[in-house]
Amino acid sequence: MLVSLYRYNPETDTKPVMQDYELDLPAGKDLMVLDVLELLKRKDPSIAYRRSCREGVCGSDGMNINGTNGLACITPVSSVAKGGKLVLRPLPGLPVVRDLVVDMTIFYKQFEKVQPFLINDQPTPAIERLQSPEDREKLDGLYECILCACCSTNCPSFWWNPDKFIGPAGLLQAYRFLADSRDTATNDRLANLEDPFSVFRCRGIMNCVAVCPKGLNPTRAIGHIRTMLLQRAT
Amino acid sequence: MVTNVTSFGRSGLYDWVIQRITAVVLAVYFVALLGYLLINPDLTYQQWQALFATTWVRIASLLALLALCAHAWIGLWTISTDYLTADMIGAKATVIRFLFQTACVVLMFIYLVWGIQILWGI
Repeated sequence: MLVSLYRYNPETDTKPVMQDYELDLPAGKDLMVLDVLELLKRKDPSIAYRRSCREGVCGSDGMNINGTNGLACITPVSSVAKGGKLVLRPLPGLPVVRDLVVDMTIFYKQFEKVQPFLINDQPTPAIERLQSPEDREKLDGLYECILCACCSTNCPSFWWNPDKFIGPAGLLQAYRFLADSRDTATNDRLANLEDPFSVFRCRGIMNCVAVCPKGLNPTRAIGHIRTMLLQRAT
Repeated sequence: MVTNVTSFGRSGLYDWVIQRITAVVLAVYFVALLGYLLINPDLTYQQWQALFATTWVRIASLLALLALCAHAWIGLWTISTDYLTADMIGAKATVIRFLFQTACVVLMFIYLVWGIQILWGI
């Protein structure tokens, strides 16, 4: 199999290049993209990428695989390299540290902005803050995000304004806490999202939904935030 | 909260609502106008002039004109803040963006006054 890999080392290279590798894959097996990278790294130890759990839980190995963002560890080679060629690039829109490793600082800054933790001004109960099963159900499809950044780096609005638009990943978490019955900061949270960039730069093209490896729907969450903002202001 | 002083309503929510309301106004106005043209295939200049001389058509046309201005301002402002930024065009982005936004607003104001002049000049 032919693997075309994005190579860039800012210490030695002036610009990135696509380097081709020819690789013999073991017969009778459908490897994941991460397995291919591991085989490549044995051939060329200078290749850099992030990985950890190798089962779609940690979100470390988000990358652009044959033009589509995804997690290398849960993407079968057969599903992407239809023409026998695998093209691997770093997540688009973020500064490249080296090869497939990107600097995710701005992504985490946007995540931090939405205050992704429970805020409750009521006295702390003796045991725990209870929630009805119905209220708990409202968090399904929101809490599962692993912050792999596949969605935000697939969003043109995030490419153009990564410092102002929170992006689909951050907004999914913003709604996760807006929808939480135990959170009492709803009004302040909404007030922080009303400007022309934070939420409203989303144009609803659903690129985020198309690539989310966990099958989540940030566009729907953004729609709920807009409805909440509208209800608060009319 | 991201600060901005050049957007139409200084609020994302306000701009978003206005953009959608004005879109509906424009759609209704142009569909109605198209319908009128379809049911009057042999339209004469006198008929067309008489149509725009009625108060209701003038009100609807003025509303559509105002909707167009607001819609265009929000749309072009959004485009300018997407593409005329320091990341895209370099250090002079703020000056270029501000000049572009000013040109858009001035142009829309000219079109608005001109449009009113045409509507009430019939």
